Amino acid sequence: MKIRNYWNLRDWGASVWESANRPKRVAIALTSIILVALLPFAGASFLATPIAAYDAVLVYPVGIFVLMALGLNIVVGKSGMLDLGYVAFFAIGAYTMAIMGTTTGLNTWEIMPFGIAFAMIAGVILGLPTLRLRGDYLAIVTLGFGEIVRLVVLNSSWSKGPNGIANIPMPPDIGPLKFKLDDQKVFFWVVVIMILLTIWMIRRLSVRRPGRAWEAIRQDEDAAELMGIATLKYKIWSFTLGAAVGGAAGVLYGSKNLFIAPEMFTLNVSILILACVVFGGIGNIWGVIVGATILGYLPDRIRFISDARLLVFGIVLVVVMNFRPDGLLPRKKREKAIVKKGANA
Amino acid sequence: MRLEIKDLHVHYGKIEAIKGISVVVDEGEIVTLIGANGAGKTTTLKTVSGLRKVTSGSIIFNGQDITNVPAHERVDLGISQAPEGRGIFPGMTVLENLEMGKFHRKNRKAEMSDDLDKVYTLFPRLKERASQAGGTLSGGEQQMLAIGRALMSRPKVLLLDEPSMGLAPQMIANIFRIITEINKTGVTILLVEQNAQQALQRAHRAYILETGNVVKEAKASELLNDPAVREAYLGTGAHS
Repeated sequence: MKIRNYWNLRDWGASVWESANRPKRVAIALTSIILVALLPFAGASFLATPIAAYDAVLVYPVGIFVLMALGLNIVVGKSGMLDLGYVAFFAIGAYTMAIMGTTTGLNTWEIMPFGIAFAMIAGVILGLPTLRLRGDYLAIVTLGFGEIVRLVVLNSSWSKGPNGIANIPMPPDIGPLKFKLDDQKVFFWVVVIMILLTIWMIRRLSVRRPGRAWEAIRQDEDAAELMGIATLKYKIWSFTLGAAVGGAAGVLYGSKNLFIAPEMFTLNVSILILACVVFGGIGNIWGVIVGATILGYLPDRIRFISDARLLVFGIVLVVVMNFRPDGLLPRKKREKAIVKKGANA
Repeated sequence: MRLEIKDLHVHYGKIEAIKGISVVVDEGEIVTLIGANGAGKTTTLKTVSGLRKVTSGSIIFNGQDITNVPAHERVDLGISQAPEGRGIFPGMTVLENLEMGKFHRKNRKAEMSDDLDKVYTLFPRLKERASQAGGTLSGGEQQMLAIGRALMSRPKVLLLDEPSMGLAPQMIANIFRIITEINKTGVTILLVEQNAQQALQRAHRAYILETGNVVKEAKASELLNDPAVREAYLGTGAHS
């Protein structure tokens, strides 16, 4: 109990936010955004990552992980569906960028809507038949879907198979802001803007009908249906929105990395993003952001211990999950949702 | 208003749980389905509310065949269920639970305070606990909440699945008294119960189910005095 009180950053944050009036809230939000935006300039401090370039680490893994974790959190955290194939949507976004970027003359921003749309279409196609399943069954089907997408791009000629696609164009400059390989500050700011948009979207939806419907579905799907909630429709919406964020992250990743190959979209990525969500605090966007930041950043920060870093990474995961089983910043918990037992006759 | 179940068959996988049940519920009635575990009571109710798919047979409500209408649309038609095991939303407060009951009503904003008042009048306890999480309520209170929430959608027929399950005798009597009260406001009730004694005292008519079949249909008062029924479902020294 005592540990919990010491660590209760969530309630501390919530009380600060709730006691603040509007101008104060704007000030808090703006200050945080500016501080985050200045992060790439802190490369010379203790934050510096050995070996990997610090500003590149901030974009990928950190920024993209946060974005994807936020997207996955809509599916796993908000509506309680376990999706183990989230990397598929990331891959669809990235391949949309790669193929359209190298064959058509469109730039990253013009391809972005296509990447999001294709990911959403894939979400609907996968969701319609599978979201009738629950729990473990859904997890297995999504896991299979993630592998299907990877295997299809690995074995297709249009995706250049295992060779991957190179020479993906960088985004065009925005006024004086230039996208450069050796200085990725602008990339980072773009990711931050996309993260902010995603946070805004999730917060808007959470307090409105979709958010309530998701919450009801997560807690008791049968009861939700009995309330007149079209559960399948809302589940597909949640799945598709999650897919859209994953697709957007993929487009940006393709355009940043300039080269993509199927081996970048393995099951490991799905699991890692899920780990970010669970580690940070499933269902709580701030927790998810913290979790993804740490899990994205830590392996690069401790890269100087070379092979041992994965061991340390694993130990950190185990230790934290032992002391904070609900994550670093867990969602506001009144009573955990009960898992429904099998129906009786 | 008339709810009619015609020759209903329902399967769980290959196992036939309901083997041709026909039940009629007329407007204003309390009809109860009683029977032992595994008789198919809950399955019948779930099929009426739409949670289970029908293998064959039909469900007619208000003259409309609703056999293939999805569960969430049946709520709009006026069928509302308080699920078995009190399926409330444990992480939502009592008030939020009740509000969820109105999720799909078109003019929910206009109706909200009126209907909340009605539910709070029926269950004053819920008003006291309005801001408490559903999962922290006692069993009886959760049952009240489940019934109250079902009433929020202004149902024509209310389906109750074992409202007495796991409750103290005093609370059972209380719940059944309120069920009669709800019925008097014009809500038809289809009640599934294992507590045959209480159910038969409150209901107008009853069906007895055994392993997926209706074995008897009669006025509730007749069944209360039927020696065979007393033997099988009420026990000789039936508690009152």
